[in-house]
Amino acid sequence: MNRRSITIVGASLAGLRAAESLRRHDFDGVITLIGDEPHAPYDRPPLSKQYLAGEWGEDRLALTGPEKLAEYGLELRLGTRATGFDLSRRRLTLDDGEDVDVDGLLIATGARCRRLPGTEDMDGVFVLRGLDDSSALRSALDAGPGRVVVVGGGFIGAEVASTARERGLEVSVIEALPQPLARVLGEEIGAVCAEVHRAHGVDVHTGVGVEAVDGDGRVERVRLRDGRVIEADVVVVGIGVVPNTEWLEGSGLEIDDGVVCDATCLAGPGVTAAGDVARWPNRRFDEVMRVEHWDNAVEQGAHAAHRLLVDDADAEPFTPVPWFWSDQYDRKIQLAGRIRPDDEMRIVTGSLDERRFAALYGRAGRLVGVLGFNRPRHVMRYKALIEQGVSFADALAADV
Amino acid sequence: MKIVVDYDLCESNAICMAIAPDLFEVRDDDFLYVLVEEPGEDRRSALEECVQRCPKQAISIAE
Repeated sequence: MNRRSITIVGASLAGLRAAESLRRHDFDGVITLIGDEPHAPYDRPPLSKQYLAGEWGEDRLALTGPEKLAEYGLELRLGTRATGFDLSRRRLTLDDGEDVDVDGLLIATGARCRRLPGTEDMDGVFVLRGLDDSSALRSALDAGPGRVVVVGGGFIGAEVASTARERGLEVSVIEALPQPLARVLGEEIGAVCAEVHRAHGVDVHTGVGVEAVDGDGRVERVRLRDGRVIEADVVVVGIGVVPNTEWLEGSGLEIDDGVVCDATCLAGPGVTAAGDVARWPNRRFDEVMRVEHWDNAVEQGAHAAHRLLVDDADAEPFTPVPWFWSDQYDRKIQLAGRIRPDDEMRIVTGSLDERRFAALYGRAGRLVGVLGFNRPRHVMRYKALIEQGVSFADALAADV
Repeated sequence: MKIVVDYDLCESNAICMAIAPDLFEVRDDDFLYVLVEEPGEDRRSALEECVQRCPKQAISIAE
């Protein structure tokens, strides 16, 4: 496949790794990287941890140094948002009014945070996704608020709660599910996550939703559905994300909670997608998925880039074992594979009581997932067994 | 080439161990150990993948 140029929309992790991958595969055409943020590509995980804590400056977040970026010879268009695409004419529309003809196109526009209705313009209410979000929240935490209320006990909420506690602030976490992360990790493990919060002095409310966030221009309190009221100086909303696909409406590409791709990450002729915005059938798990993890952005970015360089006959399916980590307090939580609440779960090392363990998940006789609390070595060894497609029985018997 | 790990950054996610178990090992103490400090050229592409995939960007290659 001989391409003149490849345009990448989205200049975060997936987009940048895609560009790097093209150069590693000796693609010497023009690579244009378009990003709506003014910042050079930066790493997001520290935004809820080291950067938010005030330990790291912005300079530590760069994904790739300026020398490397120059070496790749990318045409970098920052602060520019793609507003439309026409597949039949292969034309991209940008918010600066310019139209760009594209040859190969890689879509990596990521996702954005859901917000609580009615809080969009309220001072003191934050979401956390980008550098500007984290800088704004960091300033609010610097001011020493009396109480930080985190709405949503998922991974972002838990990391923000952890960082705020480490800064010595009073923190409440509100989770609508019976336990934090119950939908991902199940109620039993979710209860362990709640205990980790409480052990670090966080006020945790589970099984209750938010009725309203009150305040006259500035947040004052959070009212829960059961009538409880929590005074709040800062509210952080971590209730999930939605993929950024609005700009592709009417483009000719299929959109359904993400950009719909085939098993090789191809969304249309000469168009691929990667990262949080991409939905594709992962044949290893026989499941159509959209994965919002750091590692997937790296891997899928590279795969979707290479896909633009090969003919259809040579295209390979993208079949990763999804993996992520979350650092909360002194715990490192890692999950590899795809788990569901009705999978069979067995602890293979450690125990829930000591909050240091590895748990295996089996479905239809097969190993499908491994969850670790402070067990990175085990998670990676069992992840390799998932890749090998071993049976659940063999995994339980394995010497790891 | 020489493997350089910034232990101030490393958080023992063990991704490198999954990619190149002959070069890296995270032990039961949760610390990362470099098993071969100066691997042969045949391990360059694996090592480059470790550099890319490390979530903390804690690994680099010194020539």
